[in-house]
Amino acid sequence: MILHEAKRGRIANRRVCLAAVIGALVALVVLVVFGCVVYDQATLTHFDQKNLPPSLEHPFGTDWMGRDMFLRTAAGLSTSVLLGVVAALVSAVLAFILGALAALGGKRVDALVSWSIDLMMGIPHIVLLILISYALGKGFWGVAVGIALTHWPSLARVIRAEILQCKASLYVGVARALGQSRWRIALTHMFPYVLPQFIVGLILLFPHAILHEAAVTFLGFGLPPEQPAIGVILSEAMTYLSSGMWWLAVFPGLALVAVVLLFDCAGSSLRKLVDPKRNQE
Amino acid sequence: MSDKNSLSHSQSHTDQEFHHHHLHASNSHHEHGAHLLQVEHLSVAFEMYDEDASFFQAKKRMVNVISDVNIAVHAGEIVAVVGASGSGKSLLADTILGIYEPNAQVSGTIWYEGIEQDARSLSQLRGHGISLVPQGVASLDPLMCVGKQVEGFGHPQSTRQARKKRRRELFSRYGLEESVAALYPHQLSGGMARRILLCCALMDDPRLIVADEPTPGLDLELAEQALSDFRDFANQGGGVMLITHDIELALHVADRVAVFYEGSIVEETAVSAFSSPELLEHEYSRALWHALPEHDFVGEAHISA
Amino acid sequence: MSKVVFHTIAKFLLLMLGVSLVTFVLVSLSPIDPVQANVGQAAYLNMSEAKRAQLAHYWGSGIPLWERYGSWLGDLLRGDMGMSLRYNAPVVEVIATRAVNSLALMGSAWVISGVLGFVLGITAGLWQNSIFDRLVKGYCFVLASVPTFWLGLIILMVFAVYLGWFPVGFSVPLGMSAADVGLGDALHHMALPALTLSVVGVANIALHTREKTVDVLESDYIRFACSRGLSRKQALLHHGLRNIALPALTLQCASLAEIFGGSVLVEEVFSYPGLGQAAVTAGLGGDVALLAGIALVSAALVFAGNMIANLIYGFIDVRMSLSQPCLANEGEKASHQLKSSISRDGRPQDGEVS
Repeated sequence: MILHEAKRGRIANRRVCLAAVIGALVALVVLVVFGCVVYDQATLTHFDQKNLPPSLEHPFGTDWMGRDMFLRTAAGLSTSVLLGVVAALVSAVLAFILGALAALGGKRVDALVSWSIDLMMGIPHIVLLILISYALGKGFWGVAVGIALTHWPSLARVIRAEILQCKASLYVGVARALGQSRWRIALTHMFPYVLPQFIVGLILLFPHAILHEAAVTFLGFGLPPEQPAIGVILSEAMTYLSSGMWWLAVFPGLALVAVVLLFDCAGSSLRKLVDPKRNQE
Repeated sequence: MSDKNSLSHSQSHTDQEFHHHHLHASNSHHEHGAHLLQVEHLSVAFEMYDEDASFFQAKKRMVNVISDVNIAVHAGEIVAVVGASGSGKSLLADTILGIYEPNAQVSGTIWYEGIEQDARSLSQLRGHGISLVPQGVASLDPLMCVGKQVEGFGHPQSTRQARKKRRRELFSRYGLEESVAALYPHQLSGGMARRILLCCALMDDPRLIVADEPTPGLDLELAEQALSDFRDFANQGGGVMLITHDIELALHVADRVAVFYEGSIVEETAVSAFSSPELLEHEYSRALWHALPEHDFVGEAHISA
Repeated sequence: MSKVVFHTIAKFLLLMLGVSLVTFVLVSLSPIDPVQANVGQAAYLNMSEAKRAQLAHYWGSGIPLWERYGSWLGDLLRGDMGMSLRYNAPVVEVIATRAVNSLALMGSAWVISGVLGFVLGITAGLWQNSIFDRLVKGYCFVLASVPTFWLGLIILMVFAVYLGWFPVGFSVPLGMSAADVGLGDALHHMALPALTLSVVGVANIALHTREKTVDVLESDYIRFACSRGLSRKQALLHHGLRNIALPALTLQCASLAEIFGGSVLVEEVFSYPGLGQAAVTAGLGGDVALLAGIALVSAALVFAGNMIANLIYGFIDVRMSLSQPCLANEGEKASHQLKSSISRDGRPQDGEVS
């Protein structure tokens, strides 16, 4: 007699996760390449085609200078993704170094790093970005450096915790007892142990970085207005909102959401594969 | 399933008498002609990835954690289920109480007082006939004072006053000060926690107690105290299924012992069978016998002689 | 107890000192010279000689950084944050009036998103993998990827431009002084920005509450409560709510930084005269004194939130320490999560099978 029937999954989730990671990354690469290719076309003005609502010819409509919004959005997203990815990479490397320093560098270094993390997290992210961007005179470098300098704390905490845990684990203890040098232990035992978490954390940094880039640019502290950045497009759209040109805000925003979702999807699928707690799912 | 073999109500069996799947102890009896609890062919399986296959090739398959378990508890006796930690004993307790993980496949037949149960009726028996005594203080709500928790919420038909009165009686019977009722779980000592958990179970006036490792973390004196409380409960006509890894304590208090090994019960026998290894059928039972401190000593003496 | 309080206050002072230094160094690094940028502006011309001297002393070039920081910090401790050039008023005054608006906006968003997120999270967790659960999870997943300012734009477009239910911008109707505005008007202008902030804020708290609910439902004490005859729902009601609500409250307190960040964007979109909008105006217009002041106030606010979160956490931690062995800090927390993945009795974790 059956007392309880198991709820079963339909497909092997691991392969679905792997497919999701690869699919999302391919889609993003395609987007970036396409955006770079159409970059020049995106800035072309056609004053005979001003303020057109979406049509087959212009799927996202055109703006008050007759620029095709689809091309502008693609170019803007590719700028945003590139900027976000580079800044997030720098931030992740910072996180790795500081996290490792905190875990391996002794009590004082740990306290100092932890205090810096508290400090960075103590100022609202956007305010800190505005401050850094202001310090650098705004523009491209303002937002790029700002994002690189502000996104490391949470990942650094994860890295620190992972290394501390690895340090306390049995096999590192054995390696130490066998007389392996500290560098060797760090390289052969700790690095591979932390790497998966690091990569997942890195990918999950991208969406944050891209969203923050867009936000800071939207506020006027980021990329200059002549560049086809997504923040610029949306901040321009705001001024045309009351004139009923809804397509200026809706489509570029949706495209941004889609890109961020793609990164999120890649990151969390990868985490499912890496995390021992979840890879039975 | 009614017990056709029993000649009269409350019939006692003699030691070592074989019956159903098990040997009897002298004081176990079939009240109303049936076992208090009888479990037959109980299996629990989970869906897991195949560990042997490569990571991405791995398919999910059902893995038996408990397979084909048969066990019976009579009124008035303590049956100890003895097995190593990690062998699935706690899962057995949950399964008998009708608590299933969503991804578990559970099959088998369970009778309570001679009536065959399904998942629904088993869940209705929880707190209304069958009570659990859990492992430790982690089973208490950390943010609620223990008095309220002992009184419980499972019997809306009884008034709060009545429950409070009953809780007071239990507290005084088990030597708990009234002030303990206002404590939070983290403030309890090990011995207090154990008595509180027992009070929780007794509060619901059970016929059968399933005790899941009730002694770890207690010193010997407290552990013996705990077991004698179970003995009292059994002597008053209740049944106890005592799940433990501690064969020594089990032999000390139980009437019969079921040896649990790798998800199934390999032997169900009277305590007296543990007096000599020849009476034990399964290899693992004999290994348990050898693990007893006095036998180790004898064994060594034998070898050295 | 007094030791804890002393420790907290010391930590606060040290952190604020750090924030003030970082803020000051950052705004001083800027190639935009506030004195130069403002010479010729009306505010600068109307300034008293003393104020002009103060401006030059804080931000002027030619004076060593630490000396300028010293004089700025000294005045700050006396409650003088200097003059705001954009608003032509003392920074303290500008911040005070705008903080009222911002606190009303953030407070309502904080409460709405907290309550709504909690209810959604509990319901989704209780019926894990149901359609409702999937909807909540999907909503949170998508919302986490939606830029706050874009959502604000869409909400503005739908409710203010097309439906015309709400005013487009300004917390005060034009031509009215702030004192004349009734509560109704103020609420009317606050509704859309508060809605935007709440909709975004729900995601985090709902997801957290959902996870926590699932965890609590698997906990030994809910299991035990169920073994005593309670249904899952009853057990959650009697034993779960408190155990889920306190961590949720902790999280909500700790998320003040995000709400403040969101309010900067939302205030800009809805032209809502709060601290966020002032920060943007100050940053764009080279109003360093105001920018630095707002940065300090925001940090103090975030710290207050974190402090309350820590206090609640400390309260729960002692009691929870039995059922969840290590919660003391992040590192131990992570290790606890890993340990718990190797389950009791070799039983596989009953994760979602989806």
